[in-house]
Amino acid sequence: MSSILSLGMLAESLRIAVPYTCAAIGGVWAERAGVIQIGLEGILLTGAFTAVAVTHATQSPTLGLVAAIGAGVLLSLGHGQLTERARIHAVISGIALNLLALAATRMGLRALYDSASNSPGIEAFRFGPTGATGGAMLLRVLLDPVFFCALAAVAATPFLLRNTRFGLRVRAAGENPVAAASVGISVTRVRLSALVVSGAICALGGAHLAYDQQRFESGMSAGRGFIALAAVVVSGWRAGRAALACLAFGVLEALQIVLQDDARKTAIGDLIQTLPYVATLLVLALAPRRAGSPEGLGKHATE
Amino acid sequence: MKGLRARVLLPIVLSIAGGVLLFNLIAFAFGQAPAAALRLAFEGTWGTPYGLGQVLFKATPLLFTGLAFEIALRAGLFNIGAEGQLALASLVGALVASRLPASLPMPIALPIALASAAAVGALVAFVPAILRARRGVHEIITAIMVNRIVDAVLPWTFSTVLGSASLRTADIAPGAALPRLDRVAPSLAGSAASFAFPLAVVTVFVGMALLERTRPGREIRWVGLRPEACRAEGIDVERRLLLAMLLSGAIAALAVSSTALGYKGYYELGLGAGAGWSGIAVAMLGRGKAIGIVLAAIFLGTLEQAGLVVNARVPKEAMDVLEATLIVLVAVASRVASRRVPVAKDEPESPNDKPVSTPASEEARS
Repeated sequence: MSSILSLGMLAESLRIAVPYTCAAIGGVWAERAGVIQIGLEGILLTGAFTAVAVTHATQSPTLGLVAAIGAGVLLSLGHGQLTERARIHAVISGIALNLLALAATRMGLRALYDSASNSPGIEAFRFGPTGATGGAMLLRVLLDPVFFCALAAVAATPFLLRNTRFGLRVRAAGENPVAAASVGISVTRVRLSALVVSGAICALGGAHLAYDQQRFESGMSAGRGFIALAAVVVSGWRAGRAALACLAFGVLEALQIVLQDDARKTAIGDLIQTLPYVATLLVLALAPRRAGSPEGLGKHATE
Repeated sequence: MKGLRARVLLPIVLSIAGGVLLFNLIAFAFGQAPAAALRLAFEGTWGTPYGLGQVLFKATPLLFTGLAFEIALRAGLFNIGAEGQLALASLVGALVASRLPASLPMPIALPIALASAAAVGALVAFVPAILRARRGVHEIITAIMVNRIVDAVLPWTFSTVLGSASLRTADIAPGAALPRLDRVAPSLAGSAASFAFPLAVVTVFVGMALLERTRPGREIRWVGLRPEACRAEGIDVERRLLLAMLLSGAIAALAVSSTALGYKGYYELGLGAGAGWSGIAVAMLGRGKAIGIVLAAIFLGTLEQAGLVVNARVPKEAMDVLEATLIVLVAVASRVASRRVPVAKDEPESPNDKPVSTPASEEARS
């Protein structure tokens, strides 16, 4: 019991919540602008791979982080080009993005490290005290630059969406693209800009995932992009609440790790892994029907 | 007819040309002469009877999963849960088949094995289906959650039901096994193609005919096109959505015929994995026609087999990159083509109220 209510548990929860939160905030930006984005999973994965590949090559996690953000922006923009300019269905584009990211990162592993499963280890950011006490763990999590960026993104997103000209345009494009276009807003451009923000923040989560493991593993995003999407839906497309939902997932997963240690070598261990997914399903089943969904989600300003 | 050809065939031809170009680029990036890699890929697939048999073997599960995605898509649903539906169904199907008495003749044993797999596939699909129909939760998120749950339940089942050391089910009863195709076509000897292939082709044609010709099939398509109009007409939209999704799950599950029943003779973790995802590409390339789905599945089966053939020189993942790119290329090319060649529309665009109820079946492909 003591292992459940401790600083270490808090540290674990926060650490685990970061990739979820980044993906969810990325999802909020894309979908508040009216673009259905189920490709968050692929952006997480690509961000993780790029971060590791560049860090491994340059020995600089900072450069790795920048490169990951760049890759995320590129993918997100690609999704935007396909859905907003070529006008293919956003779900199809998102599925393709996820499949592409999974295959391309695997191919990258083969090409760069001649491995089918994982990259060699890297030296990621290391700040704060060493040691295995709960306090030290918490400090290490809090002093991580990627954690800080993610926190800033969570704090800034509601403010930007509510109070800035850009945020207003994003919401206009998402709520009613036809009306937005009629007052002279270039819906396509606004959406692509929102997708740049979305891809950058989401890729941040991918970099965190990889730096946390100190290496890249094939398919390491493991459905986080979709859970984040569920968090967006449950939160009613609001950044703050989505982040809280992600933190709840973090707690759940940390709990699962603790419980699994106890249940080691027992059959229950496998089933405990389903906890976050079962919880997601339950919350989705019980949450009110699509409250807060942007009205113009998936719609275009012109036919 | 000319319009149809331009609208349907041209995008596919252009996309495949683009795919070949991309493969050449990838091969080149891995230090291989593109022409040599292409020749190698061709010789290992269509170049020999064995290669051809392997292509048919690889295409078989894709026929089922392609049809499965298509049927859900016609109702406006994206069944991206085929991966989990097939996995759990394969396990249960193989378990049932392994418990059948060895003396049971094929006309009884095989249907039992297939039906139990199909029932489990439908059951797995039921979770996203009911949440979508009753609660309006988008099936994409829930289907992925169910996939992840299945991923965890499978090893648990192996360790509890089959004993902790066991990595596979017991051998299936002989009556539940589908014979290899080389029984009738000796030149395919050695390849893993089984009678699951003709079974799959028939399933695709029957499935598409049911969708086009029967009343429930028509209603599924109407619900995909105009959900609001259907509701106004008194069609129970939720029930049709449920039906489409359950059918989709059951059909995806039938892919077990080509893996556990037609090839291995047992189920092990990971057998048949990936077919669910490739089914999406099959449905996109198939353009809503039975013959299209068959050709698309054979084409993607060729890619898969070619990937294995060239793997030593160019990673087989290159073929997955190709597949994802093809999905996008076909979608873009046919979108452009449908703009150039106007389609006769009998009805005006419906006002889409919410993204989940847009005429996805139309939009996804247009």
